[in-house]
Amino acid sequence: MHIHRLEKIWLGFGLAMLFVFLGILGVSAFAMGVQPPSEHHHMIDPTKVSETAPFDQPGIKQVADKEYEAVMVAFAFGYTPEKLEVPAGSTVHFTVTSQDVIHGFEIPGTNVNMMIIPGEVSQVSHQFTKPGEYLILCNEYCGGAHEYMMTKIIVK
Amino acid sequence: MDTTQPKAFDRKDGALVMAHILFAFFALLLGGIAGLLQSVVRGGNVTLPGGIGYYQLLTAHGVLMALVFTTYFIIGFLYSGASLTLGGHLLPRVKRLGWAGYGLMTVGGLLALAMILLNKASVLYTFYAPLKASPYFYIGMALVVIGSWLSGFGLFYQYRYWKKTNQGKLSPLFGFMAVCTMLLWQIATIGVAIEVVVQLIPWSFGWTERINIMLSRTLFWYFGHPLVYFWLLPAYMCWYVIIPKLIGGKIYSDALARLSFILLLLFSVPVGFHHQLMEPGISPLWKYIQVALTFMVVVPSLMTAFSLFATFETNGRAKGATGLFGWLKVLPWKDVRFFAPFVGMLAFIPAGAGGIINASNQMNEVVHNTLWVTGHFHLTVATSVALTFFGITYWLIPVITGRVLTPRVNKLGLLQTIIWCIGMFFMSGSMHVVGLLGSPRRTAYTTYGDHPDAILWMPYHVAMAIGGTILFIGLLLMIYNVIALMRCPKGVTEYPIGEAMEAEESTPRYLERWGVWIGLTVVLILFAYTIPVMDMFGPMQTGSPGYKTW
Repeated sequence: MHIHRLEKIWLGFGLAMLFVFLGILGVSAFAMGVQPPSEHHHMIDPTKVSETAPFDQPGIKQVADKEYEAVMVAFAFGYTPEKLEVPAGSTVHFTVTSQDVIHGFEIPGTNVNMMIIPGEVSQVSHQFTKPGEYLILCNEYCGGAHEYMMTKIIVK
Repeated sequence: MDTTQPKAFDRKDGALVMAHILFAFFALLLGGIAGLLQSVVRGGNVTLPGGIGYYQLLTAHGVLMALVFTTYFIIGFLYSGASLTLGGHLLPRVKRLGWAGYGLMTVGGLLALAMILLNKASVLYTFYAPLKASPYFYIGMALVVIGSWLSGFGLFYQYRYWKKTNQGKLSPLFGFMAVCTMLLWQIATIGVAIEVVVQLIPWSFGWTERINIMLSRTLFWYFGHPLVYFWLLPAYMCWYVIIPKLIGGKIYSDALARLSFILLLLFSVPVGFHHQLMEPGISPLWKYIQVALTFMVVVPSLMTAFSLFATFETNGRAKGATGLFGWLKVLPWKDVRFFAPFVGMLAFIPAGAGGIINASNQMNEVVHNTLWVTGHFHLTVATSVALTFFGITYWLIPVITGRVLTPRVNKLGLLQTIIWCIGMFFMSGSMHVVGLLGSPRRTAYTTYGDHPDAILWMPYHVAMAIGGTILFIGLLLMIYNVIALMRCPKGVTEYPIGEAMEAEESTPRYLERWGVWIGLTVVLILFAYTIPVMDMFGPMQTGSPGYKTW
């Protein structure tokens, strides 16, 4: 099969670009720990969320200096707990599951964006450097009132 | 061979093709009405008539546009080229399979549509469990898939007939590519068929209590990604095989065109996880591996881009064009059959780039489930593929109905293409930007309690509504053009099939060793999916009951 010299250069350039992209993504993911959310696999019974730790006690609690753990449950159409408040500069580790259908968990203005799947536990961490009232919204269709599903995290 | 007058297209085959094309445009019109209503709801908080729900409309829009319009048009187009190039007419058995497929798909499609209109299936076209629709919705979808299998078998049968009666000869390029396309479809739909028939239907009837959600999603996206290549490959077929004929030139490289399709077959399926990057339950390692496999498909796309521009330039220089870009001037810009697909090609540059961004592993976190994604696929399928299909229509309907395109309809076609572009620029452009700002997709009108972030999104949603309205006008014009084409004056239009520049002998025959390529495809699928799917089973997997939350 004859491949024109210019085409070889073109494809070589394309492959080199792919190599660079995959390299950047790979190094940043596996060497620097910038992975997609929910690295660790935990399964639970989605009909027993309110009886299964840690979701039997949803809430936000401090675990270290400027470090918090937020255990949350998504449902149609909201999140528990409703009130979340942390001081500016805190890192929050979100641990979230659903007690009914699939939901989303997105904080506009940040990179926090993950799927909440019944039977699975989702995890993501974020450092809130700037104070403000951050919207947490559901971005995965979950039913008739999907567009109202939200809560807020207040960073003081 | 008669060189004075092109041979008329077989009338009976033409009826089969026409049935598919017309149903496709019917679906496009209904889907477009839904899309228009969606855009004005999101952009202006308009109340929908007749108590229709936003998510009902959205489900209909997705099913009609992404499953019905596309599949019907593609099967019609592929059958038309198969009739012409693989023997001059379809065998009786192939026609029977074609009509049986059409019948089953239509029954299934109408059944699913009825459930959607009755608000029993407001689950969107991805129907993610544990949202539980009426079992008749899933049965409808299953019939659509099984119908399409019959159509696929018909195409394979015609191809095999040609191979048997032309021993040792290289198969026509159109036929080869058509087989690649339907092979991809048959392999890909196995996943969604298992999901629907084994998981969803028994569960929605109540025969099983719980469903394995991660498995159902994985089976869906095992299908859902190659689905978009099923849409793209026929557009590539137009660009590779039809366009060179329309510009009075020849196909640049038959061998490389076939190779690009084989590469697309190999790398379209084992990549579904790039639609699941933000999910729990799949290890980061396997997400990354499937991202790497996803990126491989850039190679056949770059090959296609090179091939097209090489065709244009070689053709231009043969016509006497000089200078670096002189060949651009001799392209038939005023011919809608070239212009519309060409605009589709151009749109594929940002469209494809956006796709690479979306598949970029952890970077997907920025755009997942935002309107950016919606902007992306309105560029890929709703511009590149749709405009190419529209362009095809302007010669296909005349060919199969024994008519000739008039200058008037051609002009209306050029206008339609421009209107479509303007509408899409506003709509898809705004979607990309507002998506980056965090506005979610698949969401009805809301201000999230007048939150400042949501207020910031409003002007973009208004721009989307303006774009959507312009697109709808463009759509109405296209429907008018389809009707106008059916009333064009009688005559014989030649089916524009291109010829290759180089001799037949220079295409390596190993490209037609289907057993090898199917085998490799299966190996890649097993490699990419076996271990991560095994992780979705186990004693901790209790499954989930169903919910009707609408």
